[in-house]
Amino acid sequence: MKSFTTTLAAAAVALTLAAPARAEPVTVGMITTLTGGGAGLGIDVRDGFMLAVKQAGNKDLNVFIEDDQRKPDVAVQLADKMIQENKVDVLTGIIWSNLAMAVVPAAVGQGKFYLSPNAGPSALAGKGCDKNYFNVAWQNDNLHEAAGAYANTTGYKKAFILAPNYPAGKDALTGFKRFFKGEVAGELYTQLGQTDYAAEIAQIKASGADTVFFFLPGGMGIAFTKQYAQSEVGLPLIGPAFSFDQGILGAVGEAALGVKNTSQWNKDIDNETNKAFVESFQAEYGRLPSLYASQGFDTANLLLSAMAKASVKDADAFRAALEAADFKSTRGAFKFGSNHHPVQDIYVREVVKEGDVITNKIIGTALKDHADAYAAECKM
Amino acid sequence: MSGALFAEQLLNGLQFGVMLFVMAAGLTLVFGVMGLINLAHGSLYMLGAFACAAVAAATGSFVLGLAASLAAAAIAGVLVETLIIRHLYARDHLDQVIATFALILVFTEGTRWAFGSFPLYLNLPDALSGSVSLPGGITYPLFRLLIIGVGLAIAAGLFLLVNRTRLGMRIRAGESDREMIAALGVDIGRLYTIVFALGAALAGLAGALVGSVQAVQIGMGEPVLILAFVVIVVGGIGSITGAFVGAILVGVTDTLGRFLLPQAFGLIMDASSATSVGSALASMLIYVLMALVLVFRPTGLFGKPA
Amino acid sequence: MRRETLITLTLLALLLGAAVYGHRGNEPFIITLAAKAAIFAIAGAGLNLALGYGGLVSFGHAAFFGIGGYAAGIIASAARNYEPVMTWPIEIAGSTSMPVIWIVAIIAAMIIAIPIGIFSLRTGGVYFIMITLAFAQMLYYFAVSWPAYGGEDGLSFYVRNSVFGLNMMDPWTYFTVCFGVLAVVLALMAVLVRSRFGLALEMARQNAQRLTASGIRPFNVRLTAFVISAMITGLAGALYADLNRFVSPAMLSWHTSGEIMVFVILGGVARLGGPVAGACLYLLLEQTLDGVTDYWQVLLGIVLLLVVLFARGGLVGLLAGRRAAHD
Repeated sequence: MKSFTTTLAAAAVALTLAAPARAEPVTVGMITTLTGGGAGLGIDVRDGFMLAVKQAGNKDLNVFIEDDQRKPDVAVQLADKMIQENKVDVLTGIIWSNLAMAVVPAAVGQGKFYLSPNAGPSALAGKGCDKNYFNVAWQNDNLHEAAGAYANTTGYKKAFILAPNYPAGKDALTGFKRFFKGEVAGELYTQLGQTDYAAEIAQIKASGADTVFFFLPGGMGIAFTKQYAQSEVGLPLIGPAFSFDQGILGAVGEAALGVKNTSQWNKDIDNETNKAFVESFQAEYGRLPSLYASQGFDTANLLLSAMAKASVKDADAFRAALEAADFKSTRGAFKFGSNHHPVQDIYVREVVKEGDVITNKIIGTALKDHADAYAAECKM
Repeated sequence: MSGALFAEQLLNGLQFGVMLFVMAAGLTLVFGVMGLINLAHGSLYMLGAFACAAVAAATGSFVLGLAASLAAAAIAGVLVETLIIRHLYARDHLDQVIATFALILVFTEGTRWAFGSFPLYLNLPDALSGSVSLPGGITYPLFRLLIIGVGLAIAAGLFLLVNRTRLGMRIRAGESDREMIAALGVDIGRLYTIVFALGAALAGLAGALVGSVQAVQIGMGEPVLILAFVVIVVGGIGSITGAFVGAILVGVTDTLGRFLLPQAFGLIMDASSATSVGSALASMLIYVLMALVLVFRPTGLFGKPA
Repeated sequence: MRRETLITLTLLALLLGAAVYGHRGNEPFIITLAAKAAIFAIAGAGLNLALGYGGLVSFGHAAFFGIGGYAAGIIASAARNYEPVMTWPIEIAGSTSMPVIWIVAIIAAMIIAIPIGIFSLRTGGVYFIMITLAFAQMLYYFAVSWPAYGGEDGLSFYVRNSVFGLNMMDPWTYFTVCFGVLAVVLALMAVLVRSRFGLALEMARQNAQRLTASGIRPFNVRLTAFVISAMITGLAGALYADLNRFVSPAMLSWHTSGEIMVFVILGGVARLGGPVAGACLYLLLEQTLDGVTDYWQVLLGIVLLLVVLFARGGLVGLLAGRRAAHD
């Protein structure tokens, strides 16, 4: 039975680094996806988070890291384990909305803090919000809303929109339509995990649309973008950053050039924190950071800023310290709205080639100080 | 809905069917000849795609990449066959299912260990990119026509191999009477290794070819595996003709279902819920097809009666 | 006492011992894992009836596991939201009582299993494996994309359901309930396989013609076995939903079917204690290998391969020796 207690050894990293100490140690449990098809996102969040922890050198911060294998049941059991056995004060790390929906309500229900470095399902922003739940990335609809707003400013009148047939896909299309003032020429839900888009592309061509908005995360987006380029449809593509982040762009290649996508972060946002982050991330891990890495980095710095102000044992004070969001974000200005979700600028980026590297460049701001649509429903 | 759009969707369905046949060809060969359920077929498909992407990136040549995909998958096939599969022919299907299920775990995480967690770049060379005009005013991507060509070539090649060559003769003999062919002095072990390697190479080639227009990423083989099984079970196990017909049937059903069902529901509900409900049902359609075929023909369309 | 019964009891004692160790040593995660092992063992015991004793290799038992889970999730979340589960054709109210939920889960699994069984049993061999997989995939895609009940996000109900007014959020209490259910299921199974029905099932697997000659239709025997098997796995699904206070389509995926199959084979096909041994060993491997490397699933795969190649008859087979009647 010894093995159960020693499983932490490699996957979980307990950090002890020299630093100016404040009285109360904080134990963090990070549940994220480190194996299988979605591992790239989890690894980026983890690396961004741990980079900030390393730079802060705060020896009162202990981090346990575990792999959820992208399985909601495993994530729930890991959360139970971390709460019961590791006595964590703060949980973080989950990438996927369905895993967050499984873990977060139970965790905050037990008085733990949860800092979301990625998923922001609408249920947790509205009626299901909680005083101990903080989202450091975005509410799921945000980037799609920004895409709708951007489509207005460019004068697109008829948009063809598509997303996978699951809750986050429906949120995406709802978000886009919430801001887009033109006409929807066609609306399609594709199968989750679909890899061939000939039937959809044929309908796009026949629809008479003047732009295409799509939300197809991961491999689905890679496949769609490549096949779309091969089909020479010619209509401009708009999407959220997820299909065009640094981890995926390399795989899409030239087919992505010129695509406009919306993001709360990019590596060329001009502030000291961001410059230092991009440089140190590259030095540490030998690759360009993605938006997920920036979100992990910001999450850790938010936590560190709260630790410097209050003891985690005093939940009210610690919560107030988190709410203040008194840290230097890679996004520049950062503050929380009433439902503990970010109020932030969302940019429009264009996929460009810098030398041999395909990457993003900011070309404008889609929405300024943007909050989410659910804040009013949240009663804390 | 115009007639031209419907015709194009039908073509898309046929094309998707041929693509499914390319994905399933290796599986149907191994399944048919050796009676082996190889769940690791999708892993060999993934391996081929990764090998092609790595070599194409290093050399800049897509053709070398394709060669690498064939070689890598075939070598992996020989290793897997001699080390593991060989010991399972005499066992029931259950042990084969579990052993090849275990192989999926090894291949998936092994590939991630070797190539990293991020999707790789693999694109068609410029000569194969772009679209062509078809009669009837349809512009059609060249790569889709290419896949139709490759699919037909593989179907013809397999047909000739099984029916016209010495190896094929032995394969057919082994299929019908394993003891007799061994008694006649044919090294059945070597024959099976060759067939398995050939099946693996076909899986690898499919991975490289299809991967170049989809995503080369960890886990890319699993949806392919399930689809390939649907195809060969609908067609009837062991029949190359059956696999081809099954693939076309599945491809057309899936494509037209995705296209028509949301429109059909659009007649009775608002557009947004119609596309949601319609595509929910469309995603189940090929499994409904498979169940229906098996209910009426328990050994598939072209399978030998049990 | 038969040697196999002794092994089964020993395995149960070991599982109980692990949980007691966690209870005493104040390591609740060990208790949670033990509860998970007990639930997986129930699911495996269900499959074992069809796969082991009946020779019906179902690659679609995730369908029943998931149906049981969704039955629990839907009823419990309806009760928590003070809404009826359905109003037509009859009004059914939600409930947070475990026995009620178990019964509904078992009945739901039965209702699904009867048509699946009738269709699937028309085929045989590899086709049976594939058609059961097809039915499970149908339900999986339905659950992912159907808007009600959360789609891919799944359905949370936050607090475990209750029985006898006990506090189920306490890991130890929940473990004892799961363990009790496992013991009852295994006892039933032991009686079942030695009953007239069990003998008929055995004969249907080995010599269907002889069974027909004695006036029993093999189809009926197989269908009964398949449906009972599904009902037990459905019960396990309801328990698993309660363990996590959450259900999602992941429970219906073909990976879950594969895993339930692995429990049975790892432990020993057509062995009473097989699923218990298999589930415990699988979780133990998962937990220990996880600590060795990020790529621990490679090691898990290799261990599974070694078991299939060299330990035929699984863990119980190794301990009890091979049985002449099997294979």
